Amino acid sequence: MSSIGTGYDLSVTTFSPDGRVFQIEYAAKAVDNSGTVIGIKCKDGIVMGVEKLVASKMMLAGSNRRIHSVHRHSGMAVAGLAADGRQIVARAKSEATSYERVYGEPIPVKELADRVASYVHLCTLYWWLRPFGCGVIIGGYDRDGPQLYMVEPSGIFMYFGTAIGKGRQAAKTEIEKLKLSELSCREGVIEVAKIIYGLHDEAKDKAFELEMSWVCEESNRQHQKVPDDLLEAAKAAAKAALEEMDAD
Amino acid sequence: MDLNLDAPHSMGTTIIGVTYDGGVVLGADSRTSTGMYVANRASDKITQLTDNVYLCRSGSAADTQIISDYVRYFLDQHTIQLGQPATVKVAANLIRLLSYQNKNMLQAGMIVGGWDKYVGGQIYSVPLGGTILQQPFSIGGSGSSYLYGFMDQSWKEGMSKDEAEKLVVKAVSLAIARDGASGGVVRTVTINSEGVERKFYPGDSLPLWHEELASVNSLLDLLPEPMST
Repeated sequence: MSSIGTGYDLSVTTFSPDGRVFQIEYAAKAVDNSGTVIGIKCKDGIVMGVEKLVASKMMLAGSNRRIHSVHRHSGMAVAGLAADGRQIVARAKSEATSYERVYGEPIPVKELADRVASYVHLCTLYWWLRPFGCGVIIGGYDRDGPQLYMVEPSGIFMYFGTAIGKGRQAAKTEIEKLKLSELSCREGVIEVAKIIYGLHDEAKDKAFELEMSWVCEESNRQHQKVPDDLLEAAKAAAKAALEEMDAD
Repeated sequence: MDLNLDAPHSMGTTIIGVTYDGGVVLGADSRTSTGMYVANRASDKITQLTDNVYLCRSGSAADTQIISDYVRYFLDQHTIQLGQPATVKVAANLIRLLSYQNKNMLQAGMIVGGWDKYVGGQIYSVPLGGTILQQPFSIGGSGSSYLYGFMDQSWKEGMSKDEAEKLVVKAVSLAIARDGASGGVVRTVTINSEGVERKFYPGDSLPLWHEELASVNSLLDLLPEPMST
């Protein structure tokens, strides 16, 4: 980003001469500095995991959640500014409720992702707004099966597996190694935990808390926190895998 | 006789929706009245909403027409937005929404029937106040009061398409026999995974019930042969 300070980066409604919108790129920067967020689509559902960086040791465990439920069958994991994320979650919840009031059935995941994307896009159309400093992964289950989407200030994408935040590149290479079409969500939880623990550099990075949720047959197609015993098992497996690597 | 031609057009009707093994059959009579006067004796009270969802209308003809117009428009938009056909439940819920939100201005009792790949054949009734109710079969309109006992006894789980169609025609013809506000012909619409099939039963082809008189082409046929010269 060599062109900083050339005057074309002050507004979301201004293009630079070479056709870029710098405010969007700055927004992406805010996302890139955040703890890693991973979403994968397994054969029977969606698993989402967050490396939640803990700002202070005095913070209560489980506070400042970065995974939220949108409605019964879908959830959202936030990377970037948590406050902006809550704004998007609130909008997603109201879109889901209003869809269900009108049509009498839960909002399809694609429609939810499209509406969230429109909202995020809206903030790039007016000079008096700033784009959201966050990207979200939306995972849900509808009658067409489990689906995974990612919405960023720069657009919307549909995925088998994706990652955003600081460790996204390494996380994506790890996800690509998984056989997602054969993996169950129960196994997926452990894999995601392993990836997040593997990415984390204990010497350099701040302390973190692993936050995980899923939507699958086992959770009755509802978006829920991964059960405590499974989460603990996943953490243990991840730590064991790390030690094994260190031993090599 | 007081004809009162200023009375609003209303469908003192018999409508019916029946699920069977694989789909639904909708049925209706064809009389539209203006007070005592029969304004249309061959009306179509089964209206298309989408490719695979139809609506039986009873009550005010104007009110139910405008509701089905709006709902057809909303469903078309919805189909484009989602990129896949609307479900029967969505159609029924839109009907309910309009009925409920405008209940003090509407005189409309409707039965929504259709088929979708997720649930199969479904019948929803949306009576006067805007409540919604999914049922294995449903009857509506003034003629329905003569049919409750008959339908409770005759409807069976897992009927074939043929049995269901026969049941619907029989029920509507029974109601036509007793109910002065129902009459004319019987129309049916059958919806299943294969698509939609409409059928038409002229009034003179319907079975005659309890002392009903058979229809006659012309009153002149009743008169003795004119004397030949």
